[in-house]
Amino acid sequence: MIEVKGLSKRFGTTQVLTDINAVFQKGKVNQIIGKSGSGKSVLAKCIVGLHVPEEGQVLYEGRSFHDMDRDEKKLIRQEIGMLFQGSALFDSLTVLQNVLFPLQMFATMSKSEMEDRAHTCLKRVNILEKDHLFPAELSGGMQKRVGIARAIAMNPKYLFCDEPNSGLDPQTSIVIDDLIKEITEEFGTTTIVITHDMNSVMETGENIIFIHHGRKWWEGGKDDLLNSDNKELNEFIFAGGLMRQVKKAMTGRS
Amino acid sequence: MGIIGHIGRYALLLKETFSRPERATIYWRRTLEEMDLLGLKSLGIVGLLSFFMGAVITIQTKTNIDSPLIQAWVVGFATRQSTILEFSPTIIALILAGKVGSNIAAEIGSMRVKEQIDALDIMGVNSAGYLILPKILASMFINPFLVMVSMFLSIFGGYIAGTATGIVGSTDYLQGIQTNFIPYHITYALIKTVVFAFIIATVSAYQGYYTQGGTREVGISSTKAVVYSNVVILIVNYALTQLLLI
Ligand SMILES: Nc1ncnc2c1ncn2[C@@H]1O[C@H](COP(=O)(O)OP(=O)(O)O)[C@@H](O)[C@H]1O
Ligand SMILES: [Mg+2]
Repeated sequence: MIEVKGLSKRFGTTQVLTDINAVFQKGKVNQIIGKSGSGKSVLAKCIVGLHVPEEGQVLYEGRSFHDMDRDEKKLIRQEIGMLFQGSALFDSLTVLQNVLFPLQMFATMSKSEMEDRAHTCLKRVNILEKDHLFPAELSGGMQKRVGIARAIAMNPKYLFCDEPNSGLDPQTSIVIDDLIKEITEEFGTTTIVITHDMNSVMETGENIIFIHHGRKWWEGGKDDLLNSDNKELNEFIFAGGLMRQVKKAMTGRS
Repeated sequence: MGIIGHIGRYALLLKETFSRPERATIYWRRTLEEMDLLGLKSLGIVGLLSFFMGAVITIQTKTNIDSPLIQAWVVGFATRQSTILEFSPTIIALILAGKVGSNIAAEIGSMRVKEQIDALDIMGVNSAGYLILPKILASMFINPFLVMVSMFLSIFGGYIAGTATGIVGSTDYLQGIQTNFIPYHITYALIKTVVFAFIIATVSAYQGYYTQGGTREVGISSTKAVVYSNVVILIVNYALTQLLLI
């Protein structure tokens, strides 16, 4: 479980996040939703310690990340897997080498055990047959899968996914969403998914927080989502006509 | 950010770069790769440039001191001295700042904008150390070899130009390049080379590491890497010359 308490972040004079409080639960797909530029990625980066917030705390199982010393932070980081918006695979390494990378850096296992582990992860995301290719030779969807394989290589307790289905076709999006959900349930990870894709919110969202102008504007489950009377949330959800029809079909109201 | 800010951030980056590596074997392997990438791949341009540089020095020296009062071996002597003291260490450093420096900044900069550096940090890898240290070590190790090759080829280029055009006799040139040889001058040149290698690798890595934005900014960082490396090299060149030769 990860808790965020009173977190604020600014860059220079621009206030990006203001007083965010949230709880992200274990074994669930927790979602952060909001418009582009609302501060979702910055929030995720504050949680994992890539950005240092001016105020507030991030607690991993009740322990404040900020108060940990360098070595403790390193240990927590080895328990974090992150899938980046652009996959962030290392260009000069093959698919297999990308997944092996965290293992070679940190794992205390033999070379063949590392290779077994990497193969298991690649098989889990159904991309084992591409293991010798370089990232540039893969489609966006395949890159995301490799990104997931690399993120789960070290058996993370915490899994972060920044817009896992941006730039993917709807079908591939669903495959990736399902994969994240399955992995979360299988390994009991505390998963945080950033998205602005309503499809995946309805598909996988369990514990959702909505960020608007750097503030937590709303939180709830996906069932509450369609019936909320929060104006900005409704504008966000029903920006596309499709979701309006979904609501109509589900509730009989428009 | 002002110049003081940059210097401070540069110093912090260096501190980070030289902190304890996670897996020494991986760093070592990366250093070997970088030697190939940053060093051996520059051999061609360094060789070509040095050969013609030496040829030009010889011809210019001869045409400038063409007087019956000056002995014939002086041309070879002057070619050797200017090659060893200044042309090979400094000009080659400036060339490498252009070739290797822009490469380092572009590589690290694009890793930054594509969030690959974040990915390293998230894993708990010391990204500065992992990316930059091998480049520093490789450059400081391989550049002295490049410069020695350059010295040899420059003096050889002078020999070919001098004898082919007939302006300097073969024995005069060979006598000249052996006259008054001071081994310390080689040491001086290699000290400069190692310092310049450090400057090229670190200044360029700094520019790349703190790139913000997208591909356009990577291009800007790469240009800045070359410009700042050159400026710093020229200033340090002056300081070292005063320090080591006077
Ligand atoms: N490193 C940074 N320096 C300055 N401003 C930043 C930085 N990262 C993000 N921002 C700003 O913070 C705001 C939120 O960005 P972000 O969290 O990436 O949005 P999104 O919700 O689309 O992920 C944006 O206005 C962006 O310009
Ligand atoms: Mg984002």
